[in-house]
Amino acid sequence: MSISLHIEAPLAAFVEALLAMDRLAVRELLKTLYDPEHGIQAIERLVVPALEQIGVQWEQGDLSLAQVYMSGRICEELVEELLPAAPNERADQPKVGLAILEDHHLLGKRMVAAVLRAGGYRFYDYGQVDVLGMVAHAVEDQLDVLLISVLMLPSALRVRELARQLNHVGCRPHLIVGGAPFRLDEQLWQEVGADAMGRSAADVLRLLHAAPRRSS
Amino acid sequence: MSHTPLTSLQRILTTLGHQEPDRVPLLLLFTIYGAHELQMPIEEYCSRPEYIVAGQTRLVETYRSDCLFNFCYASTEVEAWGGTTIFSADGPPNAGAPIITKPEQIRSLVAPRVADAPSLQRVLEVTRRLAAYNQGQRLIIGVVIAPFSLPVMQLGFERYLNLMFEEPDLHARLLDVNEQFCIEWANAQVEAGANAICFFNPLASTTMVPRDYYLRVGHPSTLRCLAAIKGSSAIHLAAGRCMPILDELAATSAVALGVSAEEDLATLKRVAKERIALVGNLNGITMRRWTPAEAEQQVKQAIAAAAPGGGFVLADNHGEIPFQVPSEVLHAIAEAVQRWGTYPLEWLHDEP
Repeated sequence: MSISLHIEAPLAAFVEALLAMDRLAVRELLKTLYDPEHGIQAIERLVVPALEQIGVQWEQGDLSLAQVYMSGRICEELVEELLPAAPNERADQPKVGLAILEDHHLLGKRMVAAVLRAGGYRFYDYGQVDVLGMVAHAVEDQLDVLLISVLMLPSALRVRELARQLNHVGCRPHLIVGGAPFRLDEQLWQEVGADAMGRSAADVLRLLHAAPRRSS
Repeated sequence: MSHTPLTSLQRILTTLGHQEPDRVPLLLLFTIYGAHELQMPIEEYCSRPEYIVAGQTRLVETYRSDCLFNFCYASTEVEAWGGTTIFSADGPPNAGAPIITKPEQIRSLVAPRVADAPSLQRVLEVTRRLAAYNQGQRLIIGVVIAPFSLPVMQLGFERYLNLMFEEPDLHARLLDVNEQFCIEWANAQVEAGANAICFFNPLASTTMVPRDYYLRVGHPSTLRCLAAIKGSSAIHLAAGRCMPILDELAATSAVALGVSAEEDLATLKRVAKERIALVGNLNGITMRRWTPAEAEQQVKQAIAAAAPGGGFVLADNHGEIPFQVPSEVLHAIAEAVQRWGTYPLEWLHDEP
């Protein structure tokens, strides 16, 4: 029997428990794959595919933002509690920065942060920044990947200036953007000079996996 | 066969009655766009009724829109609750820091009175002036934020989601207080001259919360509010999906529903049948970079999908024309409605 068959049933149950916001059931299912020495395995085999599946279902209109948010939050809480050392086990840990660009809507970034923590990623959380502030952070921290969350169209359009300034200072992390304007206009992320667009918070896990590292 | 030209108001009322008017009504929902027209900063534009009225009247004449809109920005309501607004140079104003920082505050929360709120009085003055200018020619639309959606600004989105699912009693109490406010605010606008109230309820969308949750917790509040509003109302979900709750929304007293660009307009029309008119669903985000030819194509597609038989009003899908949309695109939309939206829609029979 393959690993995928082993995991199929727990994954379905895990997703169901997350959507029902049943913390107890989520905890029990995570514990079945729990190994203090190899926490990242439970994350990769259960948490990551579950959050990705939920994200895809939201993109397709089958689930709500509230379910995506609560799922990420529950996973984040449990991973931090049960698997606090998981980020140390992630061999491909990139230097990731996360920020809201000139926008006052915090939920998108919060959801991405929850998914990152649930996925065993470390990251710099810069909060709400303007273009110059973000460039200064990127230079100081020598980021591999920069995640930018926006809700408003003017903020999405400011990514163009951010990309230009990052190029100008010669410090250009892989730039991944997300938020409503990008979802509603499929060409916008390319227009503003980003390298990729996340269609949901969970999409960041797939995109991070594929993102180049500056050191590589 | 041609129809006698109607006034804008007659045109809209005819289509809301699921009959074909002389042409498809066009609602260009201008909020802060008037600041362009008056060449002034957005904050200044929003600060005085005379600016907003001047912006609205110029815009409807320029782009042949069938409605006047008394609404500039959503946090006008939050200001009435003691909150603040953050203005930007080129986008919609945002609500400032949440007025509710701890859920326990909800227990003693009291709704503000419309008469005591300068921000609301400004909107009422705009409405009265628009009514005086309008003389019954166009539809004057007022706006209320639904009790189920207002907490996004009152608490912040994350705290509100936590409240919904973790503190249902406090959530119910907040809905009660918000309902009192919503109904008084809606009726004040009707009294000032608004012909219809847009019940703006983005959180009702299944894009935002699960269908069952909305129907169990949010929809009863929607029904209570709509029943108490002394005028026509339309529901708007701000570009969120509505198909899974369309039957329930169509069964309310609302006469129209704002629909999303993410759902198929022809399918929505088929499901809505003659129960509720549809308003939409031009994509306001992509509109920014349309060519005039693309604008015409988008208008044609929307008309083909939903205009036959009436029950359809062409508008953007979010309830706001973005500040970044070029004037020539709006002219192209207006022109395309004249050209392709004039009933009877005989051209549809010639299209492949």
